[in-house]
Amino acid sequence: MANFTPISAAIGGALIGLSAVLLMALTRRIAGISGIFAGLINPQTTDRAWRAAFIGGLVAAPLAAALLGHTVPAPRMPASYITVVIGGLLVGFGTRLGSGCTSGHGICGIARLSPRSIVATGVFMMAAIIVVALTHHVFGG
Amino acid sequence: MPILASLVCGFVFGCGLVVSGMIQPTKVLGFLDFFGIPSGTWDPSLAVVMAAALAVAGLGYALLGTRPPLLERQSLWPTKKDIDRSLLSGALLFGLGWGLIGLCPGPAIVDLSTLSPPVIVFTIAMGTGMLAYDLRPARASGATWKSLVSPTAADG
Repeated sequence: MANFTPISAAIGGALIGLSAVLLMALTRRIAGISGIFAGLINPQTTDRAWRAAFIGGLVAAPLAAALLGHTVPAPRMPASYITVVIGGLLVGFGTRLGSGCTSGHGICGIARLSPRSIVATGVFMMAAIIVVALTHHVFGG
Repeated sequence: MPILASLVCGFVFGCGLVVSGMIQPTKVLGFLDFFGIPSGTWDPSLAVVMAAALAVAGLGYALLGTRPPLLERQSLWPTKKDIDRSLLSGALLFGLGWGLIGLCPGPAIVDLSTLSPPVIVFTIAMGTGMLAYDLRPARASGATWKSLVSPTAADG
């Protein structure tokens, strides 16, 4: 477990939880990123301003960190753009069909003890674990 | 005011993702790779992130109860209750994509700040997948279409 970073993980997780509680307290909204982003890019949406503000805040976080001297490392992604596109399409379509992602179901949903979110989180976790096992070990990677 | 509140919440959320390291896809994959448990390379950080986030959010939501929001009249508290086929197949497809790349929507958007070409391509594909669902023709989905189309009707 050489890569385990429990302290920064706990601090970061607490900040994510705090954000979800603040958004709920102030606007009674669920901090589900897939829903917020999908509503922002959907031409039929009418409440775009708060969505744009939330997404803007997300993007501003690493820029603020960089100003404080903590440069965000470049994301390491698969070499094949075909894989990247397939992954992106699956994440986008799946989160809309399933009404949420890691934040909306995995954190906000489980925190309010929603059976739907608990089941959804179990399903996407298991699916991801199986995909990683297959792509990294069975088929090489 | 709700706009400013959303900006601050997005910023705090983004800081959480940056601090926790969850914006690095390989760190997420290090958790999802359970073959790393016997070989000693497993990274349980994501589980700690979720546990800490759930502890804070669970306590906060419980304290808030059904109190109305401070800045808005309308509540977007999820109302769906059924564990239906859409929920299960959507979660399955999302999990397949997440396991393939190691990016879910939040970290993908935060990582846009790096202007990394594969992250930009991933986010465009993700948006395309979202719109493909949200704007799909009503005929294909039948009577439940109206209730599903609203982006605000989602759990998250």
